[in-house]
Amino acid sequence: MIKIENVTKIYSNKKGDFLALDGVSLEVEKGDIYGVIGLSGAGKSTLVRCINLLERPTMGKVFIDGEEITAMKKSELRKVRQSLGMIFQDFNLLMQRNVIDNIRFPLEIAGVGKVEAKKRALELLNLVGLEDKSHSYPAQLSGGQKQRVAIARALANNPKVLLCDEATSALDPVTTLSILNLLKSINQSMGVTIVIITHEMKVVETICNKVAVIESANIVKNGLTKDIIGHFKEV
Amino acid sequence: MEFINEFGGILIKGTMETLYMTFASVLISYLFGLPMGVLLVVTEDNHIMPSKTINRILGTIVNITRSVPFIILLIAVVPFTRMVVGTAIGSKAAVVPLVIGATPFVARMVESSLKELDKGIIEAAASMGCSNMEIIYKVMIPESMPSLTLGSSITTITLIGYSAMAGVIGAGGLGDLAIRYGYYRYESELMLVTIVILVVIVQAIQFAGNHVSKKINRLY
Ligand SMILES: Nc1ncnc2c1ncn2[C@@H]1O[C@H](COP(=O)(O)OP(=O)(O)OP(=O)(O)O)[C@@H](O)[C@H]1O
Ligand SMILES: [Mg+2]
Repeated sequence: MIKIENVTKIYSNKKGDFLALDGVSLEVEKGDIYGVIGLSGAGKSTLVRCINLLERPTMGKVFIDGEEITAMKKSELRKVRQSLGMIFQDFNLLMQRNVIDNIRFPLEIAGVGKVEAKKRALELLNLVGLEDKSHSYPAQLSGGQKQRVAIARALANNPKVLLCDEATSALDPVTTLSILNLLKSINQSMGVTIVIITHEMKVVETICNKVAVIESANIVKNGLTKDIIGHFKEV
Repeated sequence: MEFINEFGGILIKGTMETLYMTFASVLISYLFGLPMGVLLVVTEDNHIMPSKTINRILGTIVNITRSVPFIILLIAVVPFTRMVVGTAIGSKAAVVPLVIGATPFVARMVESSLKELDKGIIEAAASMGCSNMEIIYKVMIPESMPSLTLGSSITTITLIGYSAMAGVIGAGGLGDLAIRYGYYRYESELMLVTIVILVVIVQAIQFAGNHVSKKINRLY
């Protein structure tokens, strides 16, 4: 489903170069809930942002469903991005659009007709349990509710993959658990492959079947969660 | 009463001319200034269309135009005004220097409004497959609308001031009245009324700007 091949990312600015990913390879299979865990600054966000090319790898290739997206034209890449939903730590909702219009936004971009988009948006609102908030604005919602809207929005175009960058880091433990459960049910009922970036082992333990541990620009360990966790417990 | 009989007509005419000059130049300067402001933002490093060259050239043009005092610009562009309008006198002609003076101002206002926007929102839009144009039209501008509205009221007020200065070169309007009657003929009463009218117009625009901006803003 997702194949990251020898990806190196160097950030260059006036102060010099910074190696954020050092020849990282990773394969995520269909149906996985793949956790990427590591300390702050390890390169987790950089890695997940290389999957939809929000960040261009300096070297290396990224494949989605066998197609090399690092070699695609901009217009092709935009199409692929519509099949890769993404959610963020601080939600990144459109603050001047209400909930239903936020969910409709990616449908509008994908050229889905008005009637159909509305129907789809209502379905998604149902899925994330916010039927009664369709005309609220993001500023009127709690963090957990905002993340639900973000999830609904990310799922609007029936993506194959959902990328989550610290999606629960701004939320309290109870809300975190409810969001994780929602992600899990999305994975099971819709077959959406999920990549979750986190710095909390708890998140990995709760929903990830696989995990990669990233440490100063390298993946130092990856595999089934139960094996990796066992390893951690030993250490 | 006598005052109204004597000056009522020219006051109304002057007010209309001021409003005409102001709003015509606001509209036209946004036509040029809005895209310039957008370009100033999107061509920055780490934005959606980074280009050092475009950013520098545009920034320099804006800075140069803004550093010329308006009263000098007014006179300096007279030949150009003649070329465009056919004359350099009257309210219509004054729109030319007003637009030249206001466009870089608008560009900076738009730039600062758009820069308030959280970069995360732009990134989210990109992750959904938006093109750069879609990011500009469907995300950056609508999300900045409350701030852009406030900016437009500040621009309008600035242009009222500029349009009064244009009175010096015979543009008509309230500034022209103040100079001809207040300055050359010592009609202090007329001068006072002119000032009152200007204050009222400015207050009204400020109030409308604040009101609309607040009304459309969904952030609070
Ligand atoms: N645009 C950038 N320019 C320069 N350096 C950057 C840039 N983005 C990230 N970095 C650096 O790359 C390293 C990895 O960043 P990244 O955001 O991937 O870390 P992270 O693992 O997600 O950390 P966190 O848990 O704090 O989010 C950091 O040291 C960071 O300072
Ligand atoms: Mg991060």
